[in-house]
Amino acid sequence: MSEIKNFTLNFGPAHPAAHGVLRLVLEMDGEVIQRADPHIGLLHRGTEKLAESKPYNQSIGYMDRLDYVSMMCNEHGYVLALEKMLGIEAPVRAQYIRTMFDEITRILNHLLWIGAHALDVGAMTMFLYAFREREDLMDVYEAVSGARLHATYYRPGGVYRDLPDTMPLHETSRWTDDAEVKRLNKNRGGSVLDFIEDFTNRFPTYVDEYETLLTDNRIWKQRLVDIGIVSPERALQLGLTGAMLRGSGIEWDLRKKQPYAMYDQVDFDIPVGTNGDSYDRYLVRIEEMRQSNNIIKQCVDWLRKNPGSVMHEDHKITQPPREKMKGDMEALIHHFKLATEGYCLPEGEAYAAIEHPKGEFGCYIVSDGANKPYRLKVRAPGFAHMSAMDELTKGHMLADVVTIIGTMDIVFGEVDR
Amino acid sequence: MSKLLQVLKSHLEGVLAGKIQQSVVALNELTIEVSPDDLLSVSLFLRDDNACCFEQLIDICGVDYLTYGETEWDTSGSGFSRGVKREFSFDGDEQDEANKFEGKRFAVVVHLLSIEHNQRIRLKCYCDDNDFPRVNSLQGIWNSANWFEREAFDMFGILFDGHPDLRRILTDYGFIGHPFRKDFPLIGHVDMRYDEEQKRVIYESVSIEERTLVPRVIRKDQRFTPAVEGDE
Repeated sequence: MSEIKNFTLNFGPAHPAAHGVLRLVLEMDGEVIQRADPHIGLLHRGTEKLAESKPYNQSIGYMDRLDYVSMMCNEHGYVLALEKMLGIEAPVRAQYIRTMFDEITRILNHLLWIGAHALDVGAMTMFLYAFREREDLMDVYEAVSGARLHATYYRPGGVYRDLPDTMPLHETSRWTDDAEVKRLNKNRGGSVLDFIEDFTNRFPTYVDEYETLLTDNRIWKQRLVDIGIVSPERALQLGLTGAMLRGSGIEWDLRKKQPYAMYDQVDFDIPVGTNGDSYDRYLVRIEEMRQSNNIIKQCVDWLRKNPGSVMHEDHKITQPPREKMKGDMEALIHHFKLATEGYCLPEGEAYAAIEHPKGEFGCYIVSDGANKPYRLKVRAPGFAHMSAMDELTKGHMLADVVTIIGTMDIVFGEVDR
Repeated sequence: MSKLLQVLKSHLEGVLAGKIQQSVVALNELTIEVSPDDLLSVSLFLRDDNACCFEQLIDICGVDYLTYGETEWDTSGSGFSRGVKREFSFDGDEQDEANKFEGKRFAVVVHLLSIEHNQRIRLKCYCDDNDFPRVNSLQGIWNSANWFEREAFDMFGILFDGHPDLRRILTDYGFIGHPFRKDFPLIGHVDMRYDEEQKRVIYESVSIEERTLVPRVIRKDQRFTPAVEGDE
């Protein structure tokens, strides 16, 4: 019999289950992984260096492009760090809007995660269902910011504009006939808030549908249960955050423990797992979607009752309204200075973190008093998760690598930055 | 929050006297500064001490202080200058500029989180040697330091003693230089393209010129209170 040797297998960077541009060099003994060496950086754009060459506000758009499936949460982390340094706080209404959109984003992220994860593991239908709901939420993004993905909606001192009173309607075109347009426009008669509320009423049944398909599914369980087990101690050591940490049974959620925006005003629970395997993390994220849905509902209620300003009034930092610029010299000067130079941050450093759908997303800003950051460091949860890849996959089969990439919820925009 | 940080600060100043070069509470965040020699022992203490319990390393980040406080547009004098002057020309004499720098150029900033006590701390450590910056690796204390240190090495060229696998991580295979250093131009040094004649991908010097769209300005008429609140 010939001698059996370990061999090296290249996984990616163009593998459909690699969630982007991950190149994994796997050392295998038969079908069992001995060592996994992830090669990342194929999507490295130098966001942090680019930010050093731009006034603060111009980098908000870069934040969307970090984790490009949870856009507004990234913006929130960056904007919070700026606000901390500036010593300003957004108006309450803006903070409620942020809270609501953070949760909409969380659902968006988890929907993509569950769609892609299930697709990797072999359940095609999930992907189609998840994208059906994502469509509605991206329409909400579009209604408030004009962009379906890269919104650039948050600003230091508030949000770019208040929620619009009407929801944009579909129109008949070559691709959609009258009957289809009528169906699509059924929920869009009212304001954006009406549409969001309608969505929150529909969404729990959708989640039930996902659960019917997956939770007790024999194949799903065979592929997920006891795969990629992380003990609580190891989870802390490896720097895992978010659902990766909660799946291991540690009750830690920045929204509860170090509340920002309006999270101390809304009611929600933190789901935790017990075994720390992929299946527990799946259950945690499913429950997070339900909790997010509740938070959105509470925010909608509050936002209906409390109109008001959504932007900080200090026009040394925030743009004055367009109408004012037409008649007020002072406002025009503010606009000019902000557009050509931006604002200067006081000298110092700050770190602000938020509970991103994937874990702890933080921005560390060092300022020397200039209108551009001296150093911006983005702490991306996916980066720490990716570094745990070797430990998680060791001893598993090749097919489980796909499950583990899925359960870590990797997006390369943020890992590579 | 701030009160708890003060308690932690005085606790650390008591126990780690002599090892902490500076400790500041600013913006509700505690920063302590240690020398590279003390980094390991202080880190170990922060992880294991009952009042600290920083069981998680959140982030390690390198900082290059080469151009700290420098501007491209002078605003202190009377009138306005219209020209943008760039402090670093990046025309080959960047090494000279870097050599002229006095003071410690590279710092390693570590963010720690205690889930037990729900508190954070920032650990700052300036490297002694500007040409050969090195600190001890924290990988043995917090395993998550592994990749963060590789990143800091890749981006800034900071070496971590005792790191098991200090390779480049984010830049391309065969990349030269450390891109986040302040004397590394934003546009980089090389372009990559496919050459029709040689039938392969080739590297050549950059063909574009770096532009400043918005000059870097420091306004002395600071509208905001300084970020450092002092020790009150």
